[in-house]
Amino acid sequence: MSFISYFINGLSLGSVYALIALGYTMVYGIAKMLNFAHGDVIMVGCYVVFVTVINLHLPVPVGILLSILICTALGVTVERVAYKPLRGASSLAVLITAIGVSYLLQNIALLIFGANMKTFTSVVSIPPLKLAGGRLNITGEALVTVASCVVIMVGLTAFIKKSKAGQAMLAVSEDKGAAQLMGINVNGTIALTFAIGSALAAVAGILLCSTYPSLTPYTGAMPGIKAFVAAVFGGIGSIPGAFVGGLLLGVIENLSKAYISSQMADAIVFAVLIIVLLVKPTGILGRQIHEKV
Amino acid sequence: MAILEIEDLEVHYGMIKALKGISFQVEEGSIVALIGANGAGKTTTLHAITGLVPSSSGRIRLGGHDITKTPGYKTVEMGMAHVPEGRRVFSQLTVYENLKLGAYTRKNKQEVAASLEMVYGRFPRLKERRNQPAGTLSGGEQQMLAMGRSLMSHPRIIVMDEPSMGLSPIYVNEIFDIIAQIHREGTTVLLVEQNAKKALSIADQAYVLETGSIVLSGDAKELMDNEDVKRAYLSE
Ligand SMILES: Nc1ncnc2c1ncn2[C@@H]1O[C@H](COP(=O)(O)OP(=O)(O)O)[C@@H](O)[C@H]1O
Ligand SMILES: [Mg+2]
Repeated sequence: MSFISYFINGLSLGSVYALIALGYTMVYGIAKMLNFAHGDVIMVGCYVVFVTVINLHLPVPVGILLSILICTALGVTVERVAYKPLRGASSLAVLITAIGVSYLLQNIALLIFGANMKTFTSVVSIPPLKLAGGRLNITGEALVTVASCVVIMVGLTAFIKKSKAGQAMLAVSEDKGAAQLMGINVNGTIALTFAIGSALAAVAGILLCSTYPSLTPYTGAMPGIKAFVAAVFGGIGSIPGAFVGGLLLGVIENLSKAYISSQMADAIVFAVLIIVLLVKPTGILGRQIHEKV
Repeated sequence: MAILEIEDLEVHYGMIKALKGISFQVEEGSIVALIGANGAGKTTTLHAITGLVPSSSGRIRLGGHDITKTPGYKTVEMGMAHVPEGRRVFSQLTVYENLKLGAYTRKNKQEVAASLEMVYGRFPRLKERRNQPAGTLSGGEQQMLAMGRSLMSHPRIIVMDEPSMGLSPIYVNEIFDIIAQIHREGTTVLLVEQNAKKALSIADQAYVLETGSIVLSGDAKELMDNEDVKRAYLSE
């Protein structure tokens, strides 16, 4: 029974990674850049819920909505101000800028909220699910997290496959010039991608802090890195890859913590990543882009 | 009436001046050929016209409107389509999805469906392969997809960049037949080609580009008999 419980908690953590990894992978696919500030958007999303729900006593749905809106605006603004002027610049310049944005967001949070840990209150109010005569206890947070991730994944896949904007995103990912020749506003499409990724980061952050209820300006950093690993793991640029990579990472991390060593869990996660990349350099579901002749 | 007017167009790549102030016109309803050797600036000219590269000076007018500073994606709605060099189909997307993207700027679903039927009618192979990723098509099929995709926006003028490049002779003939047919049905064509003989044989007007300047222009049939053109571009 305890194995199933660890596994389910792993899926829940993995769902959070998957939601963050989606943002990484979509932005990488379309802008060919690693947005290292993506993890810090999570932290901003959590502080918004903290201020609105816990300090101002606004209803939880209002807090979540505000958090999503503010993170979306933040993602689009960062892209417009910091990354767009660098389009066509060397990828190193873009990477350093992204790291700079990450520090900036962390330090702004430090300035406003201080370094002290804030205690987050879970936004989930559904009761835990007791199975097997009470021996298996699945928390409401785990249920909501996994369900949200699956629903978002299905919705996002349908959006990309079926909607005009989704198809435009795929077109811009593959060939910006050719996309423009179709009449697609390339800059607008990139902004939309940042918006979606940041909204997902807000959701991921709220779910994460509901499960692990401590909030500091650095809350987003480690999950951000893990989600980046998950995205690479699954195949950077691939949306199903982010999903699979996130879930796998969460499960491996939790099972390692439970059965091997909690100090070693992160090392094991990275070791698995290295092995996967040695065997399949494009990640589990990543594909080589075929050059046309 | 000229649907496309280019006036003193200059394009720079960094310090390199790729176009040195060229001027030409495309009459509505005609086929105009732009020929020239590799590196002459043909692709650059088309890229400047549809906004893939910025022009450093000069004027571009489409249907009388100055589009020199218009973002490239907006010229599609204004009635211009571009079949790019090397086809540039979206290889991960299916044939059908590529064609739908060609109609990205159009809102009327019935009209888009009608255009799709028209394209499938003209290119039966695309219909057969509509659910296949475009990357799995042969070079000739990809060229047909690129042309079909451009027709999906229902353009008044199509600019085409070396549609016959790298294709086997059978496909080359087919592609030129299709260009002639598109033209007969009322679409203006600006055709860039290295296959000067074929291009001149279907064009009304032609311009010869050499290292960023237009060195010759005139009636396509007359240029075919021009000794300089024969020597430089039509020799076997
Ligand atoms: N992106 C670019 N950057 C720098 N130089 C370029 C670029 N594209 C083309 N050129 C140069 O501009 C000139 C014209 O190229 P192009 O328009 O592609 O010629 P064509 O299509 O006639 O073969 C060539 O000298 C080419 O090397
Ligand atoms: Mg060329």
